[in-house]
Amino acid sequence: MISLQHITKIYDGGEHALRDVSIDIPDGDIFGIIGISGAGKSTLVRCVNLLERPTEGRVIVDGQDVTNLSGAELRSYRRRVAMIFQGFGLLAQKTALENVCFPFLASNGKVTEADRAKAKGLLARVGLADKASSYPSQLSGGQQQRVAIARALACDPEYILCDEATSALDPASTQQILDLLQQINQETGTTILVITHSMEVVERICKNVTVLVKGKVVEQGPVEQIFADPQNETTKALLGKGSWNV
Amino acid sequence: MSSAQDFLSNYGKLLLQGTIDTLSMLFISTALAYALGIVIGVVLYVTSPSGLRPKGVFNAVLGWIVNMTRSIPFIILLVALMPATRALVQTTIGVRGVVPPLVVSAAPFVARMIEQSLAEVPRDSIEAAEACGASVPRIVWSALLPEALPSIVRGVSITLISVLGYTAIAGAVGAGGLGDIAIRYGYYRYEDEIMVVTVLLLIVLVQLIQSTCDFISNRIDHR
Ligand SMILES: Nc1ncnc2c1ncn2[C@@H]1O[C@H](COP(=O)(O)OP(=O)(O)OP(=O)(O)O)[C@@H](O)[C@H]1O
Ligand SMILES: [Mg+2]
Repeated sequence: MISLQHITKIYDGGEHALRDVSIDIPDGDIFGIIGISGAGKSTLVRCVNLLERPTEGRVIVDGQDVTNLSGAELRSYRRRVAMIFQGFGLLAQKTALENVCFPFLASNGKVTEADRAKAKGLLARVGLADKASSYPSQLSGGQQQRVAIARALACDPEYILCDEATSALDPASTQQILDLLQQINQETGTTILVITHSMEVVERICKNVTVLVKGKVVEQGPVEQIFADPQNETTKALLGKGSWNV
Repeated sequence: MSSAQDFLSNYGKLLLQGTIDTLSMLFISTALAYALGIVIGVVLYVTSPSGLRPKGVFNAVLGWIVNMTRSIPFIILLVALMPATRALVQTTIGVRGVVPPLVVSAAPFVARMIEQSLAEVPRDSIEAAEACGASVPRIVWSALLPEALPSIVRGVSITLISVLGYTAIAGAVGAGGLGDIAIRYGYYRYEDEIMVVTVLLLIVLVQLIQSTCDFISNRIDHR
């Protein structure tokens, strides 16, 4: 279980991106974090895999405090927590297969035949068996994001962090990606943290949700409950039940 | 026709030797400048405030040294470095004598070009590599440099063409090569034909360098 405890993040410029955020993400969950632009969603998710260090507070994973990990320990922790980006984050000069193999290279310094076979299997899993030797520029946005998902699965992660994974995609590709994430969650029990500004995405796949406003948690609970009876004005506005003049 | 034959039999050997000298100066010093410049450029990128391993003071000092070296005109650097050059390669003339100052002059230039090429790599892809649990050397070697390669190759043509200009300057102080020939025959002896021919040779060289680098760069770029 990932447990974020009293996370505060103040950037060098003095920007207060997160204020005392505490969230428990149950194992096996698809957990949504929703908020408008600038709410601190990306900052929060980047604190989970320590691309960003919290100014205060702790990140506890399965009882272990990972907040101050560095070097090899940090790298092996990061292999347990895969990440998917809004902009896909693929290497443009590598083929789809080479991209999926990158985590093997990162962890072992080499890519074995078995690794390559596994990567091909993952590409088939995301429906791109025939695109192994295509470069990202030859793929659509939805296809690139599926390559990124295959890459995320390469190290058999316990957690997958998705930062606006579908924001750059059309509705059909969005649907496809969300279905894929849901299947992965059901088949492997991988915990998925979904960052989004879209209530639709939360409604489609999340079990629990946290609403973030100006770096603070304002509402938290099971999706049905929050949807049925939102308390906070921003939540109501995100649901289209209130106005944005809050 | 016969005058062309005369010209060739008079100067052919000289021009051939000049071209060989120019090319050796050019490629040896550029290769060494890249060996140094890639390391400095990568270190500048990695230690920059927004880099993978920010090291503010170190980065500022290194950047300052690079800028300082770049601000010394080549002809002055060439003369100022003579004692060091002599100690290093036992001479200050000929191809050998001019390689050290050419390297010292080109390496910081190369470092800035490399830094620039690395900065063009989208941040997302580098962060994704980091999020995969890759170490900094692994990210540099397997993600950053391969991603930046087409841009680096385009930079190589700019570097080669600048260094070619420097070799002509070095020719004026005993380095040999086409620049030396142009000055000795074209300038001191008013032999216009040889001046024209050296200029033509240089033009052809520049075109060749530019089109070869462009070709390679386009060939390896998959964006
Ligand atoms: N590297 C940084 N340095 C300084 N301030 C930053 C940095 N990254 C983000 N911020 C600031 O922190 C706040 C939260 O940003 P963050 O990117 O986490 O928001 P977000 O909820 O992900 O927004 P969006 O939906 O637009 O992606 C913003 O005010 C932003 O300007
Ligand atoms: Mg964001």
